[in-house]
Amino acid sequence: MGTFILRRLIQTVVVLVLVSFFAYLLLYLIPGDPAVTMLGLEASKEQIEALRHELGLDRPMLFQYVNWFMNVVQGDFGKSLIYRENITDLILTRLPITFHLGLVSLFLSTLISIPAGVISAVKRGGLLDSVITVSANLGMAIPLFWLGILGVYLFSLKLGWLPVQGYTSPFSDFWMSTKQIIMPSICLSVVPLASLARQTRSSMLEVIRQDYIRTARSKGLKQRTIITGHALKNAIIPVVTLLGIQMRNLVGGSVLIETVFNIPGIGRLMVRGVFEKDFLIVQGCIVMVALVVALANLLVDISYGYFDPRIRHEE
Amino acid sequence: MTDVTIQIDNPMEIPFRRNGFIRFLNVFLGRKVVVFGAAIILALIVAAIFAPIISPYDPYSQNLSESLQPPSRAHLLGTDRFGRDVLSRIIYGTRVSLLVGIVSVGSAAFIGMTLGLIAGYFGRFINTLIMRFIDALMAIPPIMLALAIASALGGGLWNVIISLGISLIPTQARLMHGQVLTVKQADYITAGEVIGASDWRIMIKHVFPNCLPPLIVLITLNLGVAILAESALSFLGVGIRPPGAAWGSMVNDGYQYLLSNPILSFAPGFAIMLVVLAFNIVGDGLRDALDPRLRGTI
Repeated sequence: MGTFILRRLIQTVVVLVLVSFFAYLLLYLIPGDPAVTMLGLEASKEQIEALRHELGLDRPMLFQYVNWFMNVVQGDFGKSLIYRENITDLILTRLPITFHLGLVSLFLSTLISIPAGVISAVKRGGLLDSVITVSANLGMAIPLFWLGILGVYLFSLKLGWLPVQGYTSPFSDFWMSTKQIIMPSICLSVVPLASLARQTRSSMLEVIRQDYIRTARSKGLKQRTIITGHALKNAIIPVVTLLGIQMRNLVGGSVLIETVFNIPGIGRLMVRGVFEKDFLIVQGCIVMVALVVALANLLVDISYGYFDPRIRHEE
Repeated sequence: MTDVTIQIDNPMEIPFRRNGFIRFLNVFLGRKVVVFGAAIILALIVAAIFAPIISPYDPYSQNLSESLQPPSRAHLLGTDRFGRDVLSRIIYGTRVSLLVGIVSVGSAAFIGMTLGLIAGYFGRFINTLIMRFIDALMAIPPIMLALAIASALGGGLWNVIISLGISLIPTQARLMHGQVLTVKQADYITAGEVIGASDWRIMIKHVFPNCLPPLIVLITLNLGVAILAESALSFLGVGIRPPGAAWGSMVNDGYQYLLSNPILSFAPGFAIMLVVLAFNIVGDGLRDALDPRLRGTI
């Protein structure tokens, strides 16, 4: 287990270094002079030269990348052109908001998807199975931003139950915060929910066919014990893997959901950076998001040891 | 299985193929839901090709005196703020979705499969080099990656296609890589090596075709993913530029009239969902028909 974690840790570091390189390359994708694009046409020659120098466009690319990377490792993504603030600070004030949204969504999707998948597998071919399968298929196909708009229309404009948009910290006004976060997080949970439910269903179906389940049945164990104690424990591993993969979708979806509901999280910051041509913000967001996703995946991999003792004892 | 009495010149090959194909069609079209999905995709293709004939109005012609009309007999889905017919714009929107889907997935599949094939077949250093790059691409949420690339390139149809193409490479490469590792173990590959076939020949003639079935499924599913992602980029405003008719930007345009004209956002969003659902259903159907063992792995 120790060597396994160490190997995954090294892998994660390598991946993150490569991500930072991709993020840096973004500047070189911009057609023409990035400094002109970022500052706009009315910028003076001196301003453009100053930015070119700051971005390192006047020096060799690899040299500048190493320079930038050294700063990033020390937590310095440079200064934003639009906010005139350190990008690290901008990101760190918004990250908790996206975390709040993401964690509620993660909680909702895991809480619902696994029981739904289990029920669907156990009652295979029944009405409940059809309902769950069809809903899961719809959940994979629905555009998140559209779902958000439908939600706003129904629950905010027509029924008036929930606020249209906005975000309040749960520490300043918990009730308001919950009212505001509930719809965005439900929308954001849809994709992971649907795919986790599908995965739980198919891996449960796989496990239920195994000999040890038949053995458990013939021993006369209760159905509930067999399903939760024997089947689910074995079926859960691919679901946990998928949970790691779904982190990407949670963070990615936040770009859309934060836009629809006007939540000042990291997704919104990135969209702002995109529109204002502030590519340092975009770079910073990509590196930070990749860091969070990579760490979440690392945690998931380590948790295998808990779910599958074979991995724990493998040296 | 039953038609062994048929007289055929090459009994090794043809009956197997024919039965295989018929079996495939039987399983594939045997489920009503798959037929439904296939019908929607067919309708999408027809709408994209014949858009000028089917559309009741010109999707770009503005008529401010008829702006923001509710659905009526003249305008089945109403008109937007410039008085453009929503139905016609949705019909023209099929062109964007289909073009973006096919070109971006096609190029991502080509590049991703080539990378996966090379990495899996040669292994060692090349494998590490390619797969670490893929891992890194994989660590960035696809929508964020596409958003960043599209914005750096400057938006617009072809830049959206390029950015989606890049973001879809990792899944194709990963699956191909995994497939190659499995197929490489097969005896017929060893046999090929023993009789002295070149790496190139083994890769193209033996490894590649045997890796294909799950990749075909992934390509179908990715078509849905690409269409969904294109609509998201257009919704955010970095996709197809106005006045181009893209479903995602139509949803966004309609958002500000949600209370008075909800259909402006509802209709194009429903179109996106229907098309993506169709590709997902057909993808699942293909998987079951090509190889039932793949269930739960893709």
